[in-house]
Amino acid sequence: MGENGFWLPEASTALAGEVDTLFWFVFWVSTAIFAAVIAAKLYFVFKYRRRSEQDVPTPVHESKVLEAVWIVVPTILVLIVFTWGFDLFVQLSSAPPDSYEITVRGKQWAWEYEYAEGVQTAGDLYVPVGQPVKLNMSSVDVLHSFFVPEFRIKQDVLPNRYTSVWFKAENVGEYTIYCTEYCGTAHSGMLGKVVVVSEEDFAAWLQKQNEGLPPAELGQQVYNTQCAVCHAIDGSRKIGPPLNVFYGTERVFTDGTSATADDSYVRNSILNPASQVVEGYPPAMPPFSALSAQQVDGLVAYIKTLE
Amino acid sequence: MSQVNYLNHDKSLKSWLFTLDHKRIGIMYLVAVSLSFLAGGILALLVRTELLGPGETIMSADAYNQSFTLHAVLMIFAFIIPAIPAVMGNFVLPIQLGAKDVAFPRLNLASFYIYLAGAAIALTALVVGRVDGGWTFYTPYSTSVGDGILFITAGVFVMGFSSILTGLNFIVTIHKMRAPGLTWNRLPLFIWSIYATSIVQVLATPVIGITMVLLFLERLLGIGIFDPALGGDPVLFQHFFWFYSHPAVYIMILPAFGIISDLMGTFSRQQVSGYKFVALSSVAIAFLGFLVWGHHMFVSGQSAVSSIIFSLITYLIGIPTGVKVINWVQTMYKGSVWLQTPMLYALMFLFTFSIGGFTGVMLGVLAVDVHLHDTYFVVAHFHYVMMGGNVIAALGGLHYWWPKMTGKMFNETLGRIAAVLVFIGFNVTFFPQFILGTRGMPRRYYDYLPEFTDLHVLSSLGSYILGVGLFLILGYLLHSLFRGKNAPANPWGALTLEWTHTTTPPDPHNFHETPIVTRGAYDYHLAPELFGGDGASGDGHGEEAEVSVPSGQATS
Repeated sequence: MGENGFWLPEASTALAGEVDTLFWFVFWVSTAIFAAVIAAKLYFVFKYRRRSEQDVPTPVHESKVLEAVWIVVPTILVLIVFTWGFDLFVQLSSAPPDSYEITVRGKQWAWEYEYAEGVQTAGDLYVPVGQPVKLNMSSVDVLHSFFVPEFRIKQDVLPNRYTSVWFKAENVGEYTIYCTEYCGTAHSGMLGKVVVVSEEDFAAWLQKQNEGLPPAELGQQVYNTQCAVCHAIDGSRKIGPPLNVFYGTERVFTDGTSATADDSYVRNSILNPASQVVEGYPPAMPPFSALSAQQVDGLVAYIKTLE
Repeated sequence: MSQVNYLNHDKSLKSWLFTLDHKRIGIMYLVAVSLSFLAGGILALLVRTELLGPGETIMSADAYNQSFTLHAVLMIFAFIIPAIPAVMGNFVLPIQLGAKDVAFPRLNLASFYIYLAGAAIALTALVVGRVDGGWTFYTPYSTSVGDGILFITAGVFVMGFSSILTGLNFIVTIHKMRAPGLTWNRLPLFIWSIYATSIVQVLATPVIGITMVLLFLERLLGIGIFDPALGGDPVLFQHFFWFYSHPAVYIMILPAFGIISDLMGTFSRQQVSGYKFVALSSVAIAFLGFLVWGHHMFVSGQSAVSSIIFSLITYLIGIPTGVKVINWVQTMYKGSVWLQTPMLYALMFLFTFSIGGFTGVMLGVLAVDVHLHDTYFVVAHFHYVMMGGNVIAALGGLHYWWPKMTGKMFNETLGRIAAVLVFIGFNVTFFPQFILGTRGMPRRYYDYLPEFTDLHVLSSLGSYILGVGLFLILGYLLHSLFRGKNAPANPWGALTLEWTHTTTPPDPHNFHETPIVTRGAYDYHLAPELFGGDGASGDGHGEEAEVSVPSGQATS
């Protein structure tokens, strides 16, 4: 019924395609009625424009039939649209029982994932193609919302209860995840990717996660997905200080104390950032206590490699 | 202007500050809400300028987040909610009823000062703490960044009392103070819409007050209501918030319906089509408006059954609104359509409000809303409804009643140019936001992906055109105060009492004797000799028109 591309992004699940069909139905019916109303308006403005001060308009006898048509026809149309939307909404809300389940945690300002196989990652969500995936989601701080436009799914993520979404990706590819519930300073940086890979690649990826990377490489991965929103590595200022220039230097804090930036300092800054806020910066960083010991060690190792 | 009117009978500052005259209170509201609109508008231009490119353009992320929040709070609570009822309701409503004033003039003045106090408390929030996260203040984020939230909700709470008292005043006035012969079926539709609005103001506003009290209890006594850390539920806050704020949407839009009805009738010289339907559906919408708040929460974690019921009721409320649009178009049929500036705004309203309405239907479709919720599509939709509906109608009403309020005619040519600029600027600003939204651009984003740049730049350019149009209006209206031609009593040839039975500007007591009403507000076909009213007719910008005393009234 319509062209995806200009209005809508690619539909990457079967259900997204069905949502689009409904979207285009509402779109075209609305456009047609709107065009008719505006055409009538312009025609009347022209046809009945005031020609002289003495114009005497003809009184109009209102047609009850016409009035009934204006009420009955839209009522039928919206009931169709309601029922259709209701049906798809139920499908969007009901994950198939054989879904592969992944735990998702939202936090200021990153997404974290936990797989049944014991793998923990952040930022990029690896999933197998052609397999229903159900995300069980919660937040560790404020409200967030998990949105993937290409899948036409969105669900708020709450701190006090679990919510879930599901999808079945049809094609291998990468799709942006947005946070769509305002969550603070770096809300617009709380992005991630759904990386859809083949079943074999997914199994290999899980395997590799379990084997582990060299610490500095693991640290770089954590940096890219968790820290890069607020910390640059080229010496420039973002929400927090850059990470490449401070190791080994003297740091002055907002409470007037100071310390030398060593391994313990870096570790403390990750796990308990409010205790030592560097002068000139806001106390904006939340504690990253969900990182594993290896990930923290990896970050320390990675920061030491930066220049 | 030699004759005594409400502006010149006493010019001292004290006579303004302590006035009980509904007309002067209306003018003071006009100044106050215009300043709020100006401040909110400047913030909007800053927000659009920041969005000219991804990343930092002119301000930091925190500054941006606070700018869009303040823009929304000012525009909604300090401008749109009071704008039409408090300014035009106050000025026009008693005269349209043939009354000397509102039922409780002292209460009316108190409402104005309560409004000012509320605005002042809300602005204190900026000094004591940061307020960001948008006008919806969703917990627990909003309470996690300091005490600013308490001040801003306290301000909204106090402004709410102003809203309740004004609503109460209008309900009593409409029931008890109509002129002899002014039956419910003869009331101007502006009165009907203010009546429906007042009901919502009185019934819905207390809920935001209760919400604020609960927030205070939570923060000061540590009782867990909304904060999950204390065992509260953030979704409960959303229910409370929208239980007020959805009806508040009708506080914003119903008065606009009233103005558009008056403008369509007057400038088409025709009975407003479906008068009874338009009148009563406003009241019906006011009541149904209490039952749809959950449509803001389809993806927030409320039960699927609730979402389905809310979606259905949302459609029920959409249909009478759609039928009204058709009625307004029908009003021109076999009429005599006069394209003066106020009518241009009414015609503009039919275009922009219809787009707002149809996109509202799209958002009401459950499965489609899942994709569109909290994207720019929603931003575009409510600007088409709020600005394309309320503000465009308010501009139409302001131009329509400006001669009556000030006794001066504005420059018609500049009026038309500004109307075209506003129309173009508005659509260039907000239409691209629909496309941004369907493509997946979330709202309240400081930074965005490069693929969204072109549409953001287009939208920002539109906002500058819109800004030029609005400043042009400000310019020629102010100019008319000093250099404008004197306005005749009835420049538009309207049939409601503020045009036919009082001078321009009105007498301090509105009428020398109580008018007796013998016909409906739009019965143009009944009395063709009344075209142009009892006062001088004409377009009001030709030669200097004498301000005439309405016929049949004492000239002493």
